[in-house]
Amino acid sequence: MTQLILEQALNGLQFGLMLFLLAAGLTLVFGIMDMINLSHGSLYMGGAYLGAAAAQAAGSFLVGLLAAMLGMAVVGAALETLLLRRLYARDHLAQVLATFALILIANETVRMIWGPQPLPLNPPAALAGPVELFGFSYPAYRLLIIGVGLAVAAFLYLLVARTRAGMWVRAGAANREMAEALGVDVRRLFTGIFALGAALCAAAGVLLGPLLAVQVGMGENILILAFVVIVIGGIGSIRGALVGSLLVGVVDTLGRALLPTLLRAVASPEVAGHLGPALASITIYLLMAAVLFFRPQGLFPARA
Amino acid sequence: MKDRRHALLELGLLAAAALLPFALQAIGEDYYIGFAARLAIFALAATSLNFVVGHGGMVAFGHAAFFGGGAYVVALLMQAGVVSAWLAWPAAVAAAALAALLIGALSLRTKGVYFIMITLAFAQMIYYSVISLQFAGGDDGLPLDARSSLAPFDLGNDRALYWVALALLAASLHALRRVAASRYGRALAGIRQNEARMEALGYPVFRLKLVCFVIGAALAGLAGALLANQNGLASPGQLYWTQSGMLLVMVILGGVGKRYGGVLGAIALLGLEEALGLVTGHSHFYVGLALLAVALFAPRGLAGLLERKA
Repeated sequence: MTQLILEQALNGLQFGLMLFLLAAGLTLVFGIMDMINLSHGSLYMGGAYLGAAAAQAAGSFLVGLLAAMLGMAVVGAALETLLLRRLYARDHLAQVLATFALILIANETVRMIWGPQPLPLNPPAALAGPVELFGFSYPAYRLLIIGVGLAVAAFLYLLVARTRAGMWVRAGAANREMAEALGVDVRRLFTGIFALGAALCAAAGVLLGPLLAVQVGMGENILILAFVVIVIGGIGSIRGALVGSLLVGVVDTLGRALLPTLLRAVASPEVAGHLGPALASITIYLLMAAVLFFRPQGLFPARA
Repeated sequence: MKDRRHALLELGLLAAAALLPFALQAIGEDYYIGFAARLAIFALAATSLNFVVGHGGMVAFGHAAFFGGGAYVVALLMQAGVVSAWLAWPAAVAAAALAALLIGALSLRTKGVYFIMITLAFAQMIYYSVISLQFAGGDDGLPLDARSSLAPFDLGNDRALYWVALALLAASLHALRRVAASRYGRALAGIRQNEARMEALGYPVFRLKLVCFVIGAALAGLAGALLANQNGLASPGQLYWTQSGMLLVMVILGGVGKRYGGVLGAIALLGLEEALGLVTGHSHFYVGLALLAVALFAPRGLAGLLERKA
């Protein structure tokens, strides 16, 4: 039992870190520009497809990962300068309409290029096997994801907390007008944030590709989770996004693994069989609703 | 004078819409009668959301919960042997209204983007609950053995379903207009413009908004009941957040707060999808481009464009 819990906790950590890659960019877009970007999941999907294609062509997972990150950074920057920039000043409804349109366009573009079938994406051969860990075996590839996720989180933390650009970002998230008045070029800064966010999305897409399927619609599923993370953490806060991601990743994974078993202890097998999976799949939404109910600004509000 | 011209125009359009099935039959395009029924149903769903967004000023991103929920109520009741529409449809409406009362009461404590996100979260909870319930068909959805029985009327053919949907749409539009023109509707308009002031004037803002949310959901439940009959299925896709997004897109496309915004949006979106589907296998690509153009260049939607012309 402890082994199961430990293993699932690691899986949760791994999933949470990937969610963080998605949520980091999204929360800044949301926090600084007050922009609802539904097409953020499309960057994740685009990255996964690009990575799978590049990995296949080059025969190297690493090449695929880097190509996807670079490619999506370019796509993200282009998207921001050409289109999304026009939407910052508009109301949320216009943003919903435009970015929902982008989802349709992105899904159909992927279908046109790669067809309706999911793309295969294999983890690097060297990491295909399990490793021994505290007395149980755990897939090496998942450990790699955890490592990369931690590294990126540390990098982002240093970037935001220790550099000048990071200071601008924090200033923009706390009060955009004031930051602009003090001479921060929020527009240009923002193209950079968006490109970085897109690259992180692509990284998440490629890294999760071998575990989940690389297919059309993969972005829609995970987008909502990223929003849940952001709202729990506090819109615009990187630290909040990290805490929210880990919370959502671990609660969701552990909930799915343990709730059905736990319920069986207190309810009849039939009730547990019905209720367990249902309850497990909505725990994170309950968590979010509870956070919004008691702390409407999220756990780490970016605006003071 | 202008009002009477408008009323006459509306009656004329309604009559034309009612005669549509005969015209389609005459040119041998019976398939499109079913499509027309679908249009009327989505028009009703989008209209119900437009009441919440346009009149109540609440950007609700979980309307699929009530729309798809209505469909599931009808399908579940039919599975339990309740075939009569006179029982099942009001049950769908009541269930949607009750769900909205609970969800709204909790969600309305938040504002702005948080309201968007919390309504989304509740709708997703309902989606995931339903797909993990085996008796609700799980991922496959729940098929209907037959259409609801609306005795003495026969719903068996698409023409009848279309007329019923059209009648309910027209009645709902009429009722919502009366509501908007009532004291209650005026109060809602006041809240939309300046919530703090209405609060200060002593209006029960929270309760008025909640009622608006519930009315919208109830009508969505009715549309869902119709949709289950049209599709012969209650499917999880109708509960998923993309369905909420689709309905919201219809409202924005048609015109937020415009009387016919929901109708125009539903017809334009589904019509465009259908028409493009005839010439390309990738219709969503072009639908996306069209929506993008509307978002950038027609901020008040199609109804706004029409008004400017007129």
